[in-house]
Amino acid sequence: MSEPKPRKLKINILRYDPHVVGDEPHIDTFEIEEAPGMTLFIVLNDIREHHDASLKFDFVCRAGICGSCGMLINGKPGLACSTLTSKLPEEINLAPLPFFELIGDLSVYNGKWMRGMNERLETWIHHKEKELRSINRIEEPMDPDLAEEIYELDRCIECGCCVAGCGTIQMNENFVGAVGLNKIARYKLDPRDERTDADYYELIGDENGVFGCMTLLGCEDVCPKKLPLQSKIAYLRRQMVKTGLNENVTKCNCLQHEEKMPEH
Amino acid sequence: MRIIYTDVLVVGGGLAGLRVATGVQERGHRVIVLTLVPPKRSHSAAAQGGMQASLGNCAMGWGDNEDIHFEDTVKGSDWGADQQVVRMFVNTAPKAIRELTHYGVPWNRVRKGKHTAIINAEKVEIEEREEAHGLITARDFGGTKKWRTCYTSDGTGHSMLYAMDNKAHENDVKIHERMEAMSVIHRHGRCYGVVARNLMTGEIVAYIAKATTIATGGYGRIYEVSTNAIICQGTGQAIALETGIATLGNMEAVQFHPTAIVPVGILTTEGCRGDGGILRDVDGYRFMPDYEPEKKELASRDVVSRRMIEHIRKGKGVPSRYGDHLWLDITILGREHIEKNLREVKDICENFLGIDPAEEWIPVRPTQHYSMGGIRTKYTGESQTLKGLYACGEAACWDLHGFNRLGGNSVSETVVSGMLVAEYISDFCDSPQSHIGISTGAIEDFVRIEEEKIRRLLNNDGGEDAYVLRRAMEKIMMEKVGIFRNGRDLQDAVEQLEQLHIRSKNISVFRSKSYAANPALVVAYRTQKMIKIALTVAYGALLRTESRGAHAREDYPMRDDINWLKRTITSWPDPEQTLPTVTYEPIDILEMELPPGWRGYGKRNIIENPDSMIQQAKIDAIRNELLARGADRFAIQKALMPYEHLLPEKYRGRNERLYERFDDEKDEV
Repeated sequence: MSEPKPRKLKINILRYDPHVVGDEPHIDTFEIEEAPGMTLFIVLNDIREHHDASLKFDFVCRAGICGSCGMLINGKPGLACSTLTSKLPEEINLAPLPFFELIGDLSVYNGKWMRGMNERLETWIHHKEKELRSINRIEEPMDPDLAEEIYELDRCIECGCCVAGCGTIQMNENFVGAVGLNKIARYKLDPRDERTDADYYELIGDENGVFGCMTLLGCEDVCPKKLPLQSKIAYLRRQMVKTGLNENVTKCNCLQHEEKMPEH
Repeated sequence: MRIIYTDVLVVGGGLAGLRVATGVQERGHRVIVLTLVPPKRSHSAAAQGGMQASLGNCAMGWGDNEDIHFEDTVKGSDWGADQQVVRMFVNTAPKAIRELTHYGVPWNRVRKGKHTAIINAEKVEIEEREEAHGLITARDFGGTKKWRTCYTSDGTGHSMLYAMDNKAHENDVKIHERMEAMSVIHRHGRCYGVVARNLMTGEIVAYIAKATTIATGGYGRIYEVSTNAIICQGTGQAIALETGIATLGNMEAVQFHPTAIVPVGILTTEGCRGDGGILRDVDGYRFMPDYEPEKKELASRDVVSRRMIEHIRKGKGVPSRYGDHLWLDITILGREHIEKNLREVKDICENFLGIDPAEEWIPVRPTQHYSMGGIRTKYTGESQTLKGLYACGEAACWDLHGFNRLGGNSVSETVVSGMLVAEYISDFCDSPQSHIGISTGAIEDFVRIEEEKIRRLLNNDGGEDAYVLRRAMEKIMMEKVGIFRNGRDLQDAVEQLEQLHIRSKNISVFRSKSYAANPALVVAYRTQKMIKIALTVAYGALLRTESRGAHAREDYPMRDDINWLKRTITSWPDPEQTLPTVTYEPIDILEMELPPGWRGYGKRNIIENPDSMIQQAKIDAIRNELLARGADRFAIQKALMPYEHLLPEKYRGRNERLYERFDDEKDEV
C-alpha cells in the first residue's frame, strides 16, 4: 500500500528584528512538505537552512528538557521541539512568547527574566549554617517520599510557557508567575531550607505574589512538564493567608490589642 | 573596543563551569561566566540516569568504596585513563554528591525493608537496611561491580544543574549570557582571556583574566546524528586548538551510546538497562547474553554498542525507513516504576515516537554520545602547554576516561573536576605568576582579527555555503568515523575533510548580513571551527592502528599495549597547515596501580606488553607483604600509587560510609 501524499504545511511566522533599522513586525509564510515524525524543531531548521538563513529561534536540547524553545504555537504557548506537526493543522502560526524581551523573530530573552525572578525569590537553600560540617561525612537522611515530592516540583524547566499563558502578568508585570510560586512551594517543602512561612510571606504575600493570581490557571494548561501548579498555588495561598493572619496577630499582641483579630 | 577585566574567566555555564565559578569566588576571586545560553539550559541538564559516587548505602551497593570505583573506571577506559586522576576523582565523588545535597539536589533515597527489582530479566527481592533508610540510594549502570549511580528519577543532570545554578545565584556569580568565545587571547605562552561576541547585539568584547577556563562540553555535533544538544559543537576545543600552542588529547575517542531512539537520536538513559530493561532483536530475541554472558546488557557502552551493530550485521536488525534498529524493552519493569523512575524516557517516547514504553518496545540504535577527547591538561586542569588556560568537564582530557567512559561518570566528573580545578586556579591566582602582562594594544590586535573575520564572512560574495560544508562533514563522520572504523574509510574521511577545511576558508554568509543577532553568521564561523575538530578526530583515528575502548578498527582488532598504550596529542601550530600535527604521550605501565589486563567484558583480544606482568608481580608482592603486616586498604593503595599529595588539601579526607564510620569528633574512621 502506498503512503498517503504528504501534507504541504503552511508555516506563518511573526517576524521582527529590533536590530534592523526600519524593520516592522510582519508575517512571513513558508511552505514545507511534511515528513513522518516531523517536529517544529525540524521545520524551523529546514526553513533556516533552505529558505531564510536569518530566521531567529532558540533550541538547545531539542528533547523537551531544557526549556529554550517556548513559543506561541497556533496561539498557545508550548515547546516547539517536542511538538509533532502531525498533531497540528496544515496551517501553523508561530509567534514569540509574549511578555519577554524580544531578541528577534521567535527568540526571546527569557533567561534574563528567569534570573531576575530567581534572585528576587532567592531560589536557593537557605541554611542556618552556610557551610556543611564536613563533606566527608554521611549525608543527613531524608524521607524517601519527601525527596520524590521535592523532585516533582524541581522538574520545572523555566521555559516561560506559564508566564506567557498568564493573564495576571499581562496586567501586573511584577507578578512572579506560576514558575516563581512553584519554586517557593518547592523550597517550602524542603526541610534543608530554614526559611519560615513568615519569610516566604515577605517574598510572595502580596499582589505580586500569591495574592495577585487571578486563578485563571492558564499556567497549568500550558505547562509542558504538567506540574501541579493549580494545587500548589492554592496551597500556598492558604498557607500565606494563615501566616498573614498570624503575623498580624503577633503584631497586634505586641501592641497589646489582645481582644480580637484585626478586620480585613 | 570594550575590555572587561576579571580574575577568573569561565567559558561555559554547565555543571563544570558553574562549579569552577562558585569555587574560585568562594576563594575570594572575581569571576565572570560566559555562556551561549542561560546556564540552566546547558547540556548538563540532559544527563538522565545518574552520578557515580561510591556511597554504598543501598543493599546492592553495600561494600562499595573508592578502590572498586577506581578499578571499574580504569577497566572502562581500556587502560587509557590517567590512573592518578582516576584516584583523585573517585575520592572526591562522594564529597561532591554530599556537597550537592547541601545545595539542594533531591536525590532518591533508600527505603528500608524489602522491594523487588528486575535483575537479568527476573524479579528479585532485595532488602534494604534499617540504618540506610533515607540515605542516598543508587541504581545499576554498565561496567560497574556495584550499584553506584545516584539519581533523581531520570532527571539527575537537571536537578544537579538547577542546584548548581541556584548556588551561583546565591554567591552572586556574574553570568554573561549569550556571549560566545571566539578566540583565546595569549602572548608568550600565557593565556590572558578570550575575545567574545555578543550573540544578541553582535558586539565584540575582550575579556581579560588571570586564568581562563574552558568548560564548553563535547563535540558530538560534528556527527550527523548525536544525542548531544545542538550547542555541543566543539568550539571550546577549537579555540584552544587555534592558539597553535594548546593541545588536544585523544580526540578520536568518541563514545556511542547503545540506546538512542530512532531516528532523531534522543537518548534514553542507561538507567533503562540498569533498572532491568533488555535489548531484543527483530525476532524479539534477547541477544546480549550470547555475546556477553556475564555483564549482558550492562557491559560498558562501547562493548554493548559494538555487539548491537554486530547483531544488526548478522541480519537481526529491525528494518525501518530510517535503517535497521533494535528494540529496548522496559515493559518488564512495570508502569509504576517507569512513571516514577523513568519519566523523562516516558515523555520522550510519547512526544517523539508516539508510543507508551510501559506497553511497547522502544526502537533504539547506538548513537554518538560522548567525547572522551578534549583539551589536554595536567591533573590541575591547566593546559600542558599554554599557561593560564584551564579546561574541565567534557571539554577537557585530564584524562579520566581514557578510550571509554562509564555511564554515570560524566556528570560526576563535571562537579568533581570543577571542585578541584577551582582550587588549583585559585592557588594560581594567589601566586605572583598570575600577573596580567598584556598591553591594551596587544589585546586590540586579537579583537581586530575577530572583527575582520566577521567582516570577511559577511562581505564575501559567491563563496561556499556553510550549510553544504557542514552537512558534508557530518555525513563523513557518520559513515567513515563511526563505531567500527577501517583504514580505507578513515583515509577517505581525512582527505575529504581536508578539502572541506580548505573550502571553509571561503565561506560566504548569504543574504542575512546583520552584524547583530544573525544565525547565518553563527553557522558560518562555527562550521570553520567544527571542520577542524572533525579533522582531529578522523586523523587521530586513522593513525591509531589498534582497537581500544570506543576506538574500534576492523583492520586492527587487537588492543596493542606494546605500541599504542599512549595518548594522542593534537595541535595546529601553523594556521596555514591543512592537517593537524599529531604526536604521542606515553603511558607508563610501571607507574600503574592497575596494569593492563582483560576488562571482564568485550572480546579478549590483546597484544600484551611484558611490562604488565612485571608490574602485576610487583604489585602482588607489595600487597601480600602489607596484608601480612595487617595494613588496611588505604595503606596498600598508598604504597602502590600515591596520589593524595596531588589533591587540594581540603579534599584529601576519607569518606564516611555506614560500614566505615567516623569517630564522632574528628573526620576519621
